Amino acid sequence: MPDTQALVNDFISKLKKRKIEGSQATAKQTAELLRSVISQTRVPYTNQAAALIQSVKAVGERLIAANPVELAVGNVVRRVLHIIREEDLSLTTAAMAGLNLSAVSDDEDDADRDNQPVLSAAAIAAASRSTLRPPSLQTLLEDVPDSAAIPHTSSSGGDSEGKSKSADKSSRSRKLKHDVIEAVNELIQDISTCHEQIAEQAVEHIHQNEVILTLGSSRTVLEFLCAAKEKKRSFRVFVSEGAPRYQGHLLAKELVMRGLQTTLITDSAVFAMISRVNMVIVGAHAVMANGGVIAPVGLNMVALAAQKHAVPFVVLAGSHKLCPLYPHHPEVLLNELRSPSELLDFGEFSDCLDFGSGIGAPLLHVVNPTFDYVQPKLVSLFITDTGGHNPSYIGEMYRLFVVSACGEGMNFKSEIMRTNCIAEGNFVKSSIRMRGINFFGKLEDRKSQFFCGCGEM
Amino acid sequence: MSFPILMKPLPLSLKDFNFIAEANKSNAPGGAASSKSVKQPPQKKDGPPVASSVAASERGVDRPVEKERKKDLPPPRMQFDDESRVGKAKRRSLLNQPEARNRVELFRHLPPHKNGSQLPYLESKFFELHEMHPSVYKVGLQYLTGDTSGGNARCIAMLQAFQEAIRDYSTPPEKTLNRDLTSKIGGFVSFLIECRPLSMSMGNAIRFLKSRIARLPLTLSESEAKAALCSDIDRFINEKIVLADKVILRHAATKIRDGDVLLTYGSSCVVEMILLYAHEIGKQFRVVVVDSRPMLEGQKLLRRLVAKGLSCTYTQLNAISYVMHEVTRVFLGASSIFSNGTVYSRVGTAPVAMVAHAFHVPVLVCCEAYKFHERVQLDSICFNELGDPDAVSKVPGRVDVNYLDNLTDKQKENLQLLNLKYDATPSDYISVIVTDYGMIPPTSVPVIVREYRKEYLLI
Repeated sequence: MPDTQALVNDFISKLKKRKIEGSQATAKQTAELLRSVISQTRVPYTNQAAALIQSVKAVGERLIAANPVELAVGNVVRRVLHIIREEDLSLTTAAMAGLNLSAVSDDEDDADRDNQPVLSAAAIAAASRSTLRPPSLQTLLEDVPDSAAIPHTSSSGGDSEGKSKSADKSSRSRKLKHDVIEAVNELIQDISTCHEQIAEQAVEHIHQNEVILTLGSSRTVLEFLCAAKEKKRSFRVFVSEGAPRYQGHLLAKELVMRGLQTTLITDSAVFAMISRVNMVIVGAHAVMANGGVIAPVGLNMVALAAQKHAVPFVVLAGSHKLCPLYPHHPEVLLNELRSPSELLDFGEFSDCLDFGSGIGAPLLHVVNPTFDYVQPKLVSLFITDTGGHNPSYIGEMYRLFVVSACGEGMNFKSEIMRTNCIAEGNFVKSSIRMRGINFFGKLEDRKSQFFCGCGEM
Repeated sequence: MSFPILMKPLPLSLKDFNFIAEANKSNAPGGAASSKSVKQPPQKKDGPPVASSVAASERGVDRPVEKERKKDLPPPRMQFDDESRVGKAKRRSLLNQPEARNRVELFRHLPPHKNGSQLPYLESKFFELHEMHPSVYKVGLQYLTGDTSGGNARCIAMLQAFQEAIRDYSTPPEKTLNRDLTSKIGGFVSFLIECRPLSMSMGNAIRFLKSRIARLPLTLSESEAKAALCSDIDRFINEKIVLADKVILRHAATKIRDGDVLLTYGSSCVVEMILLYAHEIGKQFRVVVVDSRPMLEGQKLLRRLVAKGLSCTYTQLNAISYVMHEVTRVFLGASSIFSNGTVYSRVGTAPVAMVAHAFHVPVLVCCEAYKFHERVQLDSICFNELGDPDAVSKVPGRVDVNYLDNLTDKQKENLQLLNLKYDATPSDYISVIVTDYGMIPPTSVPVIVREYRKEYLLI
């Protein structure tokens, strides 16, 4: 444990200092960290899944708090929790199936034989409930550990089951961890190879003599375009430079080195050029549950221009970027402001930036946000490693990965705070419940906002 | 009275100076021919159209209707993608145009950028340019280096240089004042075009000047004619620019309320005046200055505003969606406004107007009426100005982001750099245009062009 504590603290400090660039790297390192946490966790004989879940949740909450804007961390933590539950469930059903057979083959009283299938059924139900039971409000608020409730159910399963169960559990103890770690390795593998899987779909979307526009630099986009070039499609790329980080220069250099016809333009010329462009392909930082995209700054402008000129706006995102949260004030809450020195040299403007003079109110305020929010209606298509999707389907996509029957993984402590309902204006409160997902509704009208958070059932 | 005065004077455009020069040389009854065939679309600096002008002189009298119709069409521009015409232009040009490498295909019809490196070459040619007046030469150099920029500034500088030239002008023997002076002005204009393509405001001012010269009564002596022209130029500058700006200030200041957050893009002299005036009369508001590469004009505006004590926010164009949430009004300047309501302005104005429209923020364009033009334009590609491509790849002051420094030649073949100077904002994004004739919707621009152009003829 002390080993992992050091690792965890190290990773948290890196996250806080924003030393890790890119959601793929963050996701991979988070997964690796959780893998070591899992392997180091000591699990009790009974109900190991809950212990694993507990330790992963504890670490996960700290990681998310270190960098709330980096949504990939939370996504990976939720997926690992889901893996633990899934593995446990599959082991339990396998064990119960095995138990059923052994119970039936026992030479016991006929009277008992009638009871045993019922008991075993109850035991199955109890065992599955133990891992997948949604938390009651009491357990949430009082933080009663789940493991306390479990021995009751298992002991109610009957003594005849007890011995065989314990025998199963000893073999299961090693197996659960092993399975979970294997599955987490697969997850890490998926995260690492998401670029290749997305790039395989490039040929379906890019035809000959096409003109493509992109902004800034994204490794996914680079691989995508190069894959199309490998398959001998000839096309041209307009790269917008993406001030003030100028990552567009980097992407242009990479493309030119691989032999693609590239034109580098300034961000202001995007609207002028977009009428001659066939498709806009961009990467994303994170994809929200409603299909909205947290993207590098400037992409909302590009998306609006693309909509005006009816140019398809394609977003490439690996599956580790899908987030189950709905965006509320994403420009402010899911954004980071970078240093103003990238825009204005302090030396030149020091006379204006001097706050110590006069009335003390700053005359000059420099704003340098990192991210932009693009509404789902502006996005034509999402391309992930599982294929192409509509923005409205992307929330469903997430359920394929993570949503379990209880949805406990989504409900971290910090999010419980928002379960109060605030209604302004004369809007009807809607009682929408979605399994496993906290819901924040935001209406389009700027003046009145309606938000309601519901705990899931 | 000699016959050139009998004909109805028509506003001559700058494209026709060559006609008149050629017609004078050929000594044909060029007076009637040149003015009546004025709107045959000529190509700049081309020989062949002279023949057509002489031929047209016979037909010219019979076709007044066609003349009226053609009067409304703006003359087309020099085609830079036509090899033969480019060759002819090169032979006559003063500047040594380098072979533009890696020109973007879409913009081959536009002249390549001439950058400040031409300056020494042009300076050395000073003594060869005996036709050139020194003040015009000075203004041309200022355009070339970018010291004078902005529609109003360039126009005023040019007109004042022409005033000087007119004062120093003396008619050579056997020539009439109007023809000769017009051809001289034409020569000056072609020099200025070589330094930097004309802005719309300058084009309109030149048209005005030529029409004034053409209408000079022949009874005036040379000194009286020169004085009349100089006072006309003064009046043009005063009425169309200085007073017009004052009227625009009054109108626009009524649209600023206390507590407003005003957004502006780049650096427009009119918008700067509006903001300072509103601040002077005591309105409480905040300004957001949006800037973009590579010219970073917003920084100059920012400095002037902060010096006067306005509280400002500064950001780059990419962050426009972030700041637009709290903006209540957007004020933009324009280089010109076309007859279909399209606003032709610094590149980047269109995305600002578009995002403002998406956030339901009203967009006010402030532009003097002399900048309106009868052209129409749908997009920013058919007509534009190319800037220095190297300005895109180099980021001054930030060594860490110069990624494009070390490319091999073979790689450079694949890379093209595009630096546009202007773009066209569609009229649906504009809420109102504030001019010296009042506050008009974008659809009223052709009305102003038609109705108030006659002023030139009646003054």
